[in-house]
Amino acid sequence: MKQLLLALALISTAFAYGQSDRYADAMKKNLSMFDSVKTTLDFQNLSAAFERIGDAEKTQWLPYYYAGLALSTAGWQDEKLDKDVNAEKIKALCDKADEIATDNADKAEILTMRNMAFTQQMIVDPQSRWMTYGQQAGQALQKGMQLNPDNPRLYYLQGMSIFGTPEQFGGGKANAKPIFEKAVELYKKEQPKPLYPHWGQQQAEQKLAECQ
Amino acid sequence: MHPQIKIAMKKLTGIILFLIITNSLYAQVIVKGKVTDNRGRPMPGASIALKNTYDGAVADSSGNYSFKTNEKGEFILSIVMIGYKSLEQKIIVDKETVVVDASLKEQLDELKAVTVMAGSFEAGDRKRAATVLTSIDVVTVGGGNADITAAIKTLPGAQQIGEQEGLFVRGGTGYETKQFIDGTLVNNPYYASVPDIASRGRFSPFLFKGTVFSTGGYSALYGQALSSALILESIDLPERSATNAFISPLVAGAGFQDLAKDKKSSWGVNYSYVNLNVYFNIIKQTPDYFKIPEFHNGDANFRIKTKSGGIIKYYTTFSYSRLGLRRPDIDSTDLKDAFGLTNLNWYNNLSWRENLGSGWKMNLGLSYSTNKDDIQQQLQNSQDQTQSFPDQWWLEAKNFTLAHRQDMSQLRAVFDKKLGGISALRFGSEYWYNYDKSIFNGYHTVITDNYNALFAESDIYITNGLAAKIGGRLEHSSLIDKSNFAPRISLAYKTGKDAQVSAAYGVFYQKPENSQLIFTHNLGYTKATHYILNYQKTTNDRIFRVEAFYKKYADLIKTFPDTNNLGSGYAKGIEFFWRDKKTFKNFDYWVSYSYLDTKRDYLNYPQELQPNFAADHTLSLVMKRFFLKIKTGFNFTYSYATGRPYYNFMLNNTGSKYTIADNGRTKDYHNLGFSMNYVSSIGNANAKTFWVLVASVTNVLGNNQVFGYNYSYNGQVKEAVVPPAKRFYFIGVFLSWGIDRTQDAINNNL
Repeated sequence: MKQLLLALALISTAFAYGQSDRYADAMKKNLSMFDSVKTTLDFQNLSAAFERIGDAEKTQWLPYYYAGLALSTAGWQDEKLDKDVNAEKIKALCDKADEIATDNADKAEILTMRNMAFTQQMIVDPQSRWMTYGQQAGQALQKGMQLNPDNPRLYYLQGMSIFGTPEQFGGGKANAKPIFEKAVELYKKEQPKPLYPHWGQQQAEQKLAECQ
Repeated sequence: MHPQIKIAMKKLTGIILFLIITNSLYAQVIVKGKVTDNRGRPMPGASIALKNTYDGAVADSSGNYSFKTNEKGEFILSIVMIGYKSLEQKIIVDKETVVVDASLKEQLDELKAVTVMAGSFEAGDRKRAATVLTSIDVVTVGGGNADITAAIKTLPGAQQIGEQEGLFVRGGTGYETKQFIDGTLVNNPYYASVPDIASRGRFSPFLFKGTVFSTGGYSALYGQALSSALILESIDLPERSATNAFISPLVAGAGFQDLAKDKKSSWGVNYSYVNLNVYFNIIKQTPDYFKIPEFHNGDANFRIKTKSGGIIKYYTTFSYSRLGLRRPDIDSTDLKDAFGLTNLNWYNNLSWRENLGSGWKMNLGLSYSTNKDDIQQQLQNSQDQTQSFPDQWWLEAKNFTLAHRQDMSQLRAVFDKKLGGISALRFGSEYWYNYDKSIFNGYHTVITDNYNALFAESDIYITNGLAAKIGGRLEHSSLIDKSNFAPRISLAYKTGKDAQVSAAYGVFYQKPENSQLIFTHNLGYTKATHYILNYQKTTNDRIFRVEAFYKKYADLIKTFPDTNNLGSGYAKGIEFFWRDKKTFKNFDYWVSYSYLDTKRDYLNYPQELQPNFAADHTLSLVMKRFFLKIKTGFNFTYSYATGRPYYNFMLNNTGSKYTIADNGRTKDYHNLGFSMNYVSSIGNANAKTFWVLVASVTNVLGNNQVFGYNYSYNGQVKEAVVPPAKRFYFIGVFLSWGIDRTQDAINNNL
C-alpha cells in the first residue's frame, strides 16, 4: 500500500512538475534563441513560437511579451520591413498580454513594447508622424513610469529617444545622460524573477559611456 | 501486503511502464503540409499551430511547413495568416507523418483593398494608398501661402491661372469645379475678387483632415460640377486645447480652441484682421488703391462626440471686406476705371455623422450661406471725378453699381450600409435652395431655384484586388424645370503588390450660371462625359501615376446670337505625377506634368477654339527640404505653362456674327515660389509654446507673367493682363500655446 501511495505521489508530482517545467523549458529554449537568430524570418518564427506557448498556456503574459520583443527586434534591424504591419502585430500581442497581466509592474513592462512599436512607426516619417506616433510613444513611457517607477527599460527607452533627438529640440547627449544614469542605477538594483525580462542593461551602460 | 493490492500494484506499474514505453516508441510525429491562397499561390509567413500545445511552425517562402510533435491523439490544427480568414482543422496525430494542406481565403480589408484612383488625388492623414499629399504638404508648398487652391494647382490636371480664382481643370472653366465641405456645396469658396486679380480661398487648410481633388469621374454623391470636385472633410476633435495667435505686417489674429477634459467635445473661436496699408506702402502695386484692402474674418466651431461613436460638428465663418482701386481705362487716354467692392459673407455648416448599428451609418448635413457684394464702378478723370458719356454706351457701361446677394441653404442625408465583407451601399438625397438677387443700376433681378437630387452608389469588392463602384444620380432643378440622370461607373484592379489600374466613366450635369439664367430660364443642363484610365504604383516613399482622359462637352451655353444650349467641346490629354521622398535623404519632391488638347464653342466664340484658359503643357516641380539642425524648412515650387491663346471677338458690320478680330498666344508662364518655415519647438513634445516663423515670396525670379490681353472697344488698343505686383511677399509669426490634457487623461484612467 505504501508503495502504491508513493508511486501515485511520485507520478502526480512528476506530472505537476512536468507541466510547469515544460513551460519553463520551452521558454528558456526560445529565450536562448534570441542571441542566435539573425534574419527577420528567424525573428518572426521565434515570435510565432512564443505566441504558440502563450496560446496554449492561456494564463501567462510573458510568452506574448517575448513574441512582441522578437518582432520589435526585427523592426529595429530590418530597414525594409513594413513597420506599420509589424507594429500592429506587436500591439495586438501587447493587447493579449495585457488581458492576462494583472500586476502593475507587468503592465509597465508591456508598455515598453508599445513604446517601441509606436517609435518604429514614427521613424518611418518623423516630420508628419511626430504628432501622432511620437506622442503615443511618449505617453506609453509616461504611463509605464507611473505604474512602475523602478522599471529600468522605460528609462533606457526614454534615454534612447532623447539621445536620438537633436540638441536644439531638447535632445542630445547632455540631456540623455541623467536618464541613462537612472536606467543603469535601476538595472543594477533589478532582480528579475525567473523568465522575466532583463534586457537593455549593457546597451544602457554603453550609451551612458557615449554620453560622457 | 494484500495479494489483491499486490496485483493491482503490478498492473499499475505495468500501465506506467507501458505509458513510458509507448511514449518513447511513438515519439515525434511529423506534421507537415503546404499553405496556399484560394488561387493556389503559396502563403509564406502563415502561422501553423497545434492548438493547446507549443508545437507549430511558420510556412516558408514556398508555403511549406513542417514540425515535429510528441503529442498523441485528436487535436485542432490552426492556420493563421494576417489578411486571411483563419482555418481550424481537426487532425489525429498517431502516424509518423500527418500531412495537412490548407487553402486560406482572403479577408476583405478596407485598408488593403484597392480603391479607385482614376480621376482623384487624395490629401490627408489617413494611411491609404490613394493619399498623395498630407495636410502638412498643403501648407508647405513653396509660395503657396497656405492656400488650398495653390497647393492643388501643383497637381496634374489644374491650369496655372492667375487672373481669376478657381481651379481650371482639364479644359474646364473655373466655375466647372465645385467645392464641398462635409458633403455640402460651398457657394462662395473664394474671397470676393476684383476683375483680373485672383483671390484666395476662404478656408484654412488646418480645418480639414482630408481633401480629395477629383479631376473627373467622381462619385455619384456629388453633382453640379462639370469638370472637377474638391471634396473637403473637416477635422473631428482637436488634439489638445490651445491658444493661437499670428502676426505679420499684413494680418494679425488670435484664437482659442478648447478640448473638454473627457475629450468628448470641443469649441473654438478665431478672429483675424487683414490690412494691406503697410504692405502696399513698401511693395508698390500697379493699380492705385484708393481704398486699401481690409478684411475682418471671424469663425467659430463646436464638435460633440455622441455615445455611439458619431460626431456632431458645427463651423461658421464670417467675413467683411472692403477695397477700391483705380486702373487706366482702356478706351481712352486720360480716364480711369475706379472699382470699389464691399463684401459680406457668412457661412454655416452643421453635420452629424452617426453609427446606427448593424452596419448602418448616417451622414446628415445642413448648410446656410449668404454672400453680398456691393460694387461701384466709375469712369473718372485725372481729378478722380466721375465722368458721364451718354452718347458712347461702351464708355457709359463702365459707370454702374451692382448689389448682388447670393443665399444658399442645403439639406443632405446620406445612408451607408455595409454589405457582407467590405462592400457597401450608399444612398441619399439633397435639397438646395438658391436665392440670387441683383440690383444693377437700380434694376432688380431675382432668381430662385429649388434643386433636388437622389443618389445611390455601391462599392462592390470581388476580392481585395478587384473593386467596382457603380452609382447614379437623379437631379431636378425647378428654375429650368428639367431633370437628368447621371450614371457613374469606376473599376479598380490590382496589378501587383503596390500597383493598380483603374478606370472611370461618368456623366456630369451642371445648371447654367445665374448670370446666364438672368436672360432666359429656357435652358437645359450643360453636360460632360468623362472617360479616364489610370495607372498608379505606390510604395511607402514613392508614388508614380499616369492618367489619360477624354472628356466630351455638350449643351454648353452660347450667349450669341441669343442664350442657348448649342455649345460643345472636348478635352483630352495625359498626365503624369511622380513623388519621391526616398532617393535624396530629407529631401521630398514631386513633379506633375499635364498635356491638354481642348477646344470648345461656347459663350460668344465664333467657332470651336482652344479656350483662353487652357495651356497645352503644364509642369510643376515642388521641392521641400527640412534641416533639423537649424529647425528650418525650405520649400521651392516651380510652375511652368506654355502660352495660352487669347482672342478679340468683334461683331461684324451687320452685327449678325462674331469674328476673330485679333488673336495670339501669351508668352510662356514661369513662377518660382519660395517659402521657409522656422519651427521653434519641433521634436519637443513637452514644449508649452510653439512658434513658427514663416516667410514666403512668389515669382522669385521676377518673370514677366502675362495671363491674357484686354482689348479696347474699337479693337485698336490691347493691354496685357498682369498681376498687380510682380511678387507677393509674406512674413509672419504663428504662435500656439497648447494645454496638453494627456496627463489628465492618464491620471483619470488609473
